[in-house]
This record gives sequence, structure tokens and C-alpha cells, in this order.
Amino acid sequence: MYSVNYHRASSVADAAKQLKNGDAKLLSGGMTLIPAMKTRLAAPSDLVDVSRLKELQGVKVSGKTVTIGAATTHYDVSTDEKLKKACPALAHLASLIGDPAVRYKGTIGGSIANNDPAADYPAALLALGATIVTNKREIAAEKFFKGLFETALKEGEIITAVTFTAPAKAAYQKFRNPASRYAIVGVFVTKGKDGVRAAVTGAGEDGVFRSKEIEAALAKNFDASALDALKVSAKGLMGDLHASADYRANLIAVMAKRAVAAANA
Amino acid sequence: MSDVSLTVNGKRVSGSTEDRTLLVHFLREHLGLTGTHVGCDTSQCGACVVHVDGRAVKSCTMLAVQASGSTIVTIEGLANGAELHPVQAAFKEHHGLQCGFCTPGMIMAATDMIAHHPEGLDEATVRAELDGNICRCTGYHNIVKAILAASQAMSKGSKGRAKQAA
Amino acid sequence: MGIEGVGARVARKEDKRFITGGGRYVDDMVVPGMKHAVFVRSPHAHAQIKKIDVKKAQAMPGVVGVLTGKELKADGIGNLICGWMIHSKDGTPMKMGAWSPLAVDKVRYVGDAVVIVVADTKGQARDAAEAVEITYKELKAVVDATKAIQPGAPQIHGEAENNLIFDWELGDAKATDAAIKSAAHVTRMKIVNNRLVPNAMEPRAALGHYDKAEDHYTCWTTSQNPHLARLVMSAFYNVAPENKLRVIAPDVGGGFGSKIYIYPEEIVCLWASKKTGVPVKWVADRTESFLSDAHGRDHVSTVEMAFDKDNRITGLKVDTIANLGAYMSLFSSCVPTYLYATLLSGQYDIPAIHANVRTVYTNTAPVDAYRGAGRPEATYVLERMMETAARELGVSPAELRRRNFITSFPHQTPVIMNYDAGDYNTSLDAAMKAADYAGFTKRRADAAKQGKLRGIGMSCYIEACGLAPSAAVGSLGAGVGLWESAEVRVNAVGTIEVLTGSHSHGQGHETTFAQLVTQRFGVPIDSVSIVHGDTDKVQMGMGTYGSRSGAVGMSAIAKALDKVEAKAKKIAAHLLEADEGDIVIENGEVKVAGTDKSLPWLQVALASYTAHNLPAGMEPGLKETAFYDPSNFTFPAGCYICEVEIDPETGLTEIVQFVAADDFGNIINPMIVEGQVHGGIAQGVGQALLEGAYYDGNGQLLTASYMDYTMPRAADLPSFKISTSNTPCPGNPLGIKGCGEAGAIGSPPAVINAITDALGVVDIAMPASPATVWAAIRATKH
Repeated sequence: MYSVNYHRASSVADAAKQLKNGDAKLLSGGMTLIPAMKTRLAAPSDLVDVSRLKELQGVKVSGKTVTIGAATTHYDVSTDEKLKKACPALAHLASLIGDPAVRYKGTIGGSIANNDPAADYPAALLALGATIVTNKREIAAEKFFKGLFETALKEGEIITAVTFTAPAKAAYQKFRNPASRYAIVGVFVTKGKDGVRAAVTGAGEDGVFRSKEIEAALAKNFDASALDALKVSAKGLMGDLHASADYRANLIAVMAKRAVAAANA
Repeated sequence: MSDVSLTVNGKRVSGSTEDRTLLVHFLREHLGLTGTHVGCDTSQCGACVVHVDGRAVKSCTMLAVQASGSTIVTIEGLANGAELHPVQAAFKEHHGLQCGFCTPGMIMAATDMIAHHPEGLDEATVRAELDGNICRCTGYHNIVKAILAASQAMSKGSKGRAKQAA
Repeated sequence: MGIEGVGARVARKEDKRFITGGGRYVDDMVVPGMKHAVFVRSPHAHAQIKKIDVKKAQAMPGVVGVLTGKELKADGIGNLICGWMIHSKDGTPMKMGAWSPLAVDKVRYVGDAVVIVVADTKGQARDAAEAVEITYKELKAVVDATKAIQPGAPQIHGEAENNLIFDWELGDAKATDAAIKSAAHVTRMKIVNNRLVPNAMEPRAALGHYDKAEDHYTCWTTSQNPHLARLVMSAFYNVAPENKLRVIAPDVGGGFGSKIYIYPEEIVCLWASKKTGVPVKWVADRTESFLSDAHGRDHVSTVEMAFDKDNRITGLKVDTIANLGAYMSLFSSCVPTYLYATLLSGQYDIPAIHANVRTVYTNTAPVDAYRGAGRPEATYVLERMMETAARELGVSPAELRRRNFITSFPHQTPVIMNYDAGDYNTSLDAAMKAADYAGFTKRRADAAKQGKLRGIGMSCYIEACGLAPSAAVGSLGAGVGLWESAEVRVNAVGTIEVLTGSHSHGQGHETTFAQLVTQRFGVPIDSVSIVHGDTDKVQMGMGTYGSRSGAVGMSAIAKALDKVEAKAKKIAAHLLEADEGDIVIENGEVKVAGTDKSLPWLQVALASYTAHNLPAGMEPGLKETAFYDPSNFTFPAGCYICEVEIDPETGLTEIVQFVAADDFGNIINPMIVEGQVHGGIAQGVGQALLEGAYYDGNGQLLTASYMDYTMPRAADLPSFKISTSNTPCPGNPLGIKGCGEAGAIGSPPAVINAITDALGVVDIAMPASPATVWAAIRATKH
């Protein structure tokens, strides 16, 4: 790791101020940033730690509206009783991230700000039609995720929460990379008042995306059988050591079917 | 450089260190607590697991300064004096270790696992929850056995204590 | 056996320090004034070094020294060597290219060490390492051994034309060809054994300390054999003469072969310590380990197996290309030859065998022994062939094996080995029973109802442990003898220290070796200490690899115990005024048989040191030394059965049961033996299902961290059903065969046989990852 200056923010406003130092970066759970710094792939001059800010923590459920503070850990999301009632699919997703020690530290805000193409949360937020709340504005998930490791966040902008309306039905199915435990393919499906959404992570060359073909098939009939004839094209999908684009295309269909079955269960 | 103050294994400690110092290196090099190990660079092997404020985390993926103010338990602080923690005792009894390198992290992860499953553990849960700890020697067979035995012993112990209290 | 003696499940003595954080590994060592080293490694697989500029790096904060290969050479440090000479079939010696501990004019793989940077902290050393400027001229690289021997391939060492190190053969080519020609059936396969990275959880490390006042070096290193390290560093690398070099291998976090060899880093740390005047510590990152630890396996074989009309094997012909990487590591040459081809008879009576082995340089990390070393490759060849042959011949895999089992011993194979004892039907029966083999058809049908593909596969392995005898291995090219030493010191108060040349890095020697002593004298196990891993304490020894510590290391202890026992009996006979032949030692007492006359053990020990009343002419003291050179290899064998269930939609394979029935001969501590089997199986299953080291065409290692190299995790494995039978080994005094590698040897073919059975395909590549299995399923549909 290169030398770095650490600051512990006392508030979101303080964090925003500290972020103006040099090439500063926000530090939340650090589960991605610190390994990247250790291998010297990331080299921020300053770190602004927001992980202890109470104002960024916790899950709130009010009616169908769910709000999760950006510094809420995966563990806390996965075990939150209110969330397990309102949107169990999201709690389940959080329980599949990394490993237990990683889930104790990693946060939802950190995960979506990083927008790793194989991360789990982006699929959920896209399928849930969630809104990402920052210290400056609110951004629809559709507009937030922009390709590999790219988001709509502007310099100095800090995610404070994500919020969404819990859908009637939802589920996430993940086929994990046997080595890294990231998603080779993860599919999050929802059926809510605005219809059906299906978002895919781990597979797209441009990162997380909504699958129009899955959504169209499920819009007519929200049942796994509606996807029996589905042929997912390998075009635009990643191919690597662990999975060819063809294999990923197959997994998208399989995971989508299983997600729908789980959502209906 | 920053000042770092921690409570480690019940003792208050402080020191000054570079901001880039990882918690694991602070424990090992500044405090001489070399039971916590480093086995990988990618936060996967779990040889470095310690408890920070009651949760089992990877001390190789946390800056020492980030942990400042926290309460930490390492493998050296787990036993109650000469009396082994039930998880330590179970690892020995069931041959849950060979070379010993992953063992501290395994034991710290296992104690956390047991604490977070008051309902008890089964083999599938233990195996799933060990996802962040890699062992190359044991094939996990006896680690799983040891954790299940410790979990049982501890739940009996707590029930026993509850009975006494009643 | 007693509760602490031979055969007892004694909990390990060494565990206490490991479970309380008190283990002491190389990275835990601190020497006053110690500085930290980082190696600058080649980012290219093949390149000429045009220029090295260290000026900027030397000026960086905290930097103590920045040293290059030129300076190392100028100080007379020698090249690394391969310690086993193999001659090609044309009689020429193997073509060993030079391996400088720091590359001087050429780099040959990504990770080749070029410069060492020493600084106050590791962070500073890394900062400075980035400032070292090296100008390379890139050359074309080749990573695939079958391509490296093609004409026109990049030439890696001037010494080895077409990158061919040797072209070696074993067995009778003519007889084998004749058998194939006249066969009723011939099974043919191309068999690939995938490249693996050993991945001991403790990364390699070295701490070199030159003491100027004493003109003496100390090296703490992650080694399976510190004495061999000292010998080689002294005799070949000119670091220091043996009497001025102490090598300590303290607690070592796993080895699996990868810590047998003497690597560049420990040599360079010792030299750099003298050069800079400070103790120098280097600890590998995991990625550095992936790049620079010796890898394992990487064979491609073409195999023909001939059968007569009664399904008896009449001949086996194997043509193997083995990738040895960029340099010849210490034992690299013997792995694909004498540890491989000599085992190609397996458990079967095969009248004619011929193996041809070509070893090849490539621009990849050096390849050497990894758990099993040659024997897993041989077993994989044979047991995949047997499975395929059974399917082609329409007989059950068990029946084909039974028909060909060797049943009378000793048995001379056509490939050197003389099997001393074994009972292969017993292992096969035990495994089939434990696996409920008969019930498989129903389980398969049940799985099919759930949409799953279920398969079963077996593997009957044999291995040769306790590499021996020294004269024989010497005649085959070994540079060292393969005996072991032991010293048993009975202290004046009767406590006992055993100094052994074996090294424990997880195997539990501190317990099993002590059990042997407890058994012999009836003293409590707590009064026995096992000392190992330090050349200043222990006389010359050969270390731990090839499952030799039990069969060879303990035999040496037994021999020393014989001498101690004999002397103790003489003393006791003298003190008790009895006949030496009537003295027995049991339960900590030295007694005259059939009488009530006895002495406590400690009194005999004390008498030996007070020397007030010893038999005439006897030297004082009770300390004996023994060197044991085995008369033959040992031959553990067994049968493994794996049952898998495959999700055809994703290709995910679940191991639903894994059975091992091993014959290890006599067993000292069943608990520890079982642990060895568990770990071996996990590594074997890892090879079959999860692990593979991949280089791209430019020689970049694609699997250089746990993000891409799949280590077996708890959820990837089931609990194992294991059992042992015990045909004692007639070749050593304890009847031990060795158990360290069996799991890794026997399991890969069992897994792949099960998967190919489930899928109805002839072959599938290891690792059979979900993507690979899915692709195979798809191919069967098209």
C-alpha cells in the first residue's frame, strides 16, 4: 500500500469537506478498496472513513417504503427482521455476498459506489427500481449504474442511502464464481405495481443490465415456465477463465427461472 | 502517522503508526501478537480473522487507525487464563488442525459463528459459514467436527448455567 | 498399546501452541536490527535484461541496499541445481540450463527474481522496488510443453535444444508393442494432468542473518528439510561452509512438497545480510507465492492399454510430456521419471510396460514435487484407463480391476518396483461396502427424478513411499542418500528428548514420535520431547517428503531406541544383579522378569549419568544415535470411491459421498492418519474439480490469487468415509507404510471417473469446473 492519510468523518457534511483533500476517496467497509490499495491498484492520497457515521446506518421500513443507510453492512441487511418481512429477497442477496467476515464490514453504499460488474447489489437496485440518495440529490438506479466500475456519482458526492418500494414478489439467484465468490451470473427479478423487472449482474460486458427478453416473457406470465423457451444471446456478455459468454448466457436463463420460482414460492 | 488506541484482549494499548498500517500488522509488529496470520492478499483465506467490537473480521482488510477506539480479541486473548475456550479445546480434541497456520483465524471465525447461531449448528451451516476461511491441511473434515462439538458443548454449558441461575 | 502408546488416538502435543496463537513461524521471528526485503520480479515471461538502474531506488527513504545478480555473481554465489541426474535414452545427461538466484542477463518466467531491495519497512522496500528501472527486450514466450518442443519454438536455455531437457524411457518397448499388436482389445486415451499450485497456507519466507563477529550465518526458512537446505547452500551455492551456516525451519505452515526445494530467496537473503550488514527478512505475498513457488503436475500423456480375450492386461504403453517450467527445480527431474513411470503397474499384474518421458522447458514457474509427486500422475493415467477400458469391454470397473489385481507377493513389476506386501481385494471390498455400491443404481434413478445426473467412480491406487534405499536411488541418479537419522537422549531424571532429521509442518511428529517412545519405555508422553528443524541441534537428516517420516524417520528412532534399551538393560542387570536377558522395561519400570525386583526408569537413567556403578568398561550416559537406511520402498495402497451429483443446468458437481479404504500397514496414531487422508483427499478433489494454474499465451499467470485460483473450501467438500486395513510392511521395523500422500494420489481419478460416468462421456478435463461440465453436457446434446 502506498502512503495515505486517514480521516474519520464526524458527519456527512464533514466527509464532504474532507473529500476535497488531494485525491481523497471515501472509505466505508473497505472490503474492495483496501485490497486494491494493498496491491497498489488504488492509490488515494486520503481516505475519509464514513463507516462509523450513525446517520448512514440502519434499515427503515415504513409501509412499503424501505430505506437503507449507505453504511449499513451486508450482515445487518441480511439479518434485519423488518427487511426480511418487507423484501426478503434483498436480505437473502446480502447473505450471499463474500463471506461472513466480509459481510460484517462491507456496506451497501460501498458496493454500489464501486459498481463492480460482478457485485450483487447493483442487480437488486436495478430490479427494485431503487433510488440512490446522495448528499446532493436523488438518482434513479437506472441512471446510476454506468458501465464497469462507473456510476453517476460526481466528485465529492456521497451516497447516504438507498430507498425503494418493496415489490409484491422478488427473488435473487446467484451462481457464484468458484474462486472469488462474486457472481458469475446473478439475476434479481421483481414483480411490483410497475410490472416485472429482471436485472442481471456478473455477465454483462458493460456491467449490470436489465434483461428485456426476460421481462417481456415474465410480463405475460410471472412463472418459471414462461422462460422455458427463453434463449439468451451471448452477445455483449463477458467471457473469461471461469465462464464463457455462452455459459453465462445459459446461466442467465437458469438463474432467472430459479429466481422466478423462488419469488413465487 | 496517527495515534491508535485499542483495547486488545482486555488491555488498553496505544501507539503511533503510519496510516497505511493494516490492523494485522499493528497487532503482529507493534503488539507482538503474532498468532494472527497473513495467508493471502485478497481477503479470502481468513488466517487474519480477529474480533473487532464483537464481530469476526479480517484484520488484513482494515487499517489499524480505522480500528482505533475499538475492542479487539485475538487468538491470544480467547482462553480464560489456563482454561482453553471450548472452541480451542474442541479443535485439539477433534484434530481440527495440522500445520496450525489457518487455525487462529478458523477458531476466531468459529467462535463468532457459534455466537451468532444460538439455535445451534448443523454441518451444512458450518461448511457454508466457513466460506471465508481456507485450510490446506485438514480437508475441513475435523474442523467441521470440532465446531459442531464446540457448539454443542457451549449450548449445554449455557443451558447448564441458565439452570443454575434459575 | 496403552492410552499414549502406539495405536492410540492421542491428542496432539503441539496443538496447545497453535490454538493459543503461540506457534512460531518464520514471519514471527524478530532479530535486532532486522530489515525487510522485497524482490523485483520479471513482469515478462521471456526477455533479455538490457539494463538495471538502481540509483533512484537507492535514494528512497529507508533503503539499506538494492542488489543485483551481477553483484551476486561477483561474490561467487552459485546457480541453483537439480539434484537428480537423469540420462536420456541416448545416454546423454539431462540438459540443465543455468538458474541464477537473481537473473543476470535473461528472465525466463513471470516472477523470475531480478533485484532485491532491503529497507527499514516492507512498505519502504516496496516503494523502492517500484523505483528500480530495468530495461527488458521482450522475447517470444512459450508456456505449453507440447508446443515448446516443436521446431521453431522460442529457445529458453542455450543448453537445451528445442527446450528438451531429456528424453527418457523405462520398460520394454518391444514386448509392449508386441502385446499391443496381438491384443484382443486396446484402449487408447490422451490424458492430461493439470498444473497446480501447492498453496501451503503459510507463504514462503526467509530471514537471513550474517553475524560478522562470528563470521557465521543463520537462516530461518520455511523448509521441509533444513539440513538439505544447509547442505545445498553450502556445497553448491557457496553461501557459507556448513559449519558456518545454521538453518532453522521453525513451525512451518504446510509444505506439500513446495517447501522441499531451496529457492533463490533464502540464498539471496543470506547473501544480502552480509552485503548490507543487517538481518534481512523476506515474506512472500500470496501472489508472489503463486508466481514463484514450484508448481505441480502438468503432464500430457498418450496411453495405450492392451487386453487379452479374458480382459487381462497384457501391455501398457505411455508416452508423456512433462512441463518442468523455466528452470530445473531441485527434484524436478525425478518426479516425472522414477516417481512416476515406476508406479505405472499400479495394483495390476501387467507383463509388459513401456514409458517414454520427455521433459520440457517452458516460460512458466518451475515445476517440482507436489503432494504425491509423480504417483498421482501415474495413478491418474492408470485408473482413467481402467475405467475407460471397463466401459469399452462392457465389464464392471470393479470386476476388471479384480481380474487384474496382483495377489501374490513379493511381486516384481516390469518397471523396477518390487512390491513387498498388499491385499487389494480387501480395500476394494471395504470401499464398495462403505459406499453401498450395490445401492447406486437406485440412487441414480432417484437423482434422475430430481433432474440430477448421478455418477460413481472408483480408483485403486498404489504408491511408493519412503524413497529408498540410498544405494539404489544413488544408482538411479539421486544426488543424496535417502536415509534418516535419530538421536535419543535420556536425561538424568529419565525424561527423553528425541532429535530427528524429519521435519514436522503439520504431520504431528511431536506426538506420534513421542508415542513410539512411550510405547517402548512406558514413560508418560509429556516426559518425551521431539526436537527437529534446527541444524545446530539435530545432526544431519533428510527431512520430510514422500510420506517418509513414519517409515524412515520413525524407523531411525526405533533403531536408536533399540540401542538405548539395550544399554539401559545392561545397566539395570548390573544394578539388580540379574541376567541381562531377563530384564524387561514396561510402565516406566525396569524389571527382572518373573521376580518382584525392579528399578524405576529414572533411576536407571540417573545411574547412567552418575556413573558410580556401571558395568565394567561401560561409557557413562544414556544417549544413542542411529541412521536408518530402508531396504525398500513401502507400498501403501487402497481404493477410493466417489459419488457425484451434477446439476445439468449449471454444470455444478456436488460430491455426495467420498469413501477411502487405505492399507497403510501399522498405524501409530489413527487420528493423525485419518487427518492426513482427509487433507490428501481435499487436495485431490481440488485438482479434479476446482484447481488449475493457467498461463496466457504471453506467459502471464492468470490464476495468481484466490480470486482466480479456486482453493477447496469447506462447502465444496463432504465429510469423508474412511477406513484402513493394515497389512504390515515387512520392510521396516515398525511395519509402517506411510499415509501422507495417498489421498491426493487416489482421489482425482475417482472423481473424474464418477463425473464421466454421470455424464456418459469418455473424458473431461481437470478441473471439471461447472463451466467445463456444462460444456461437456452441451456437447453430448449436439
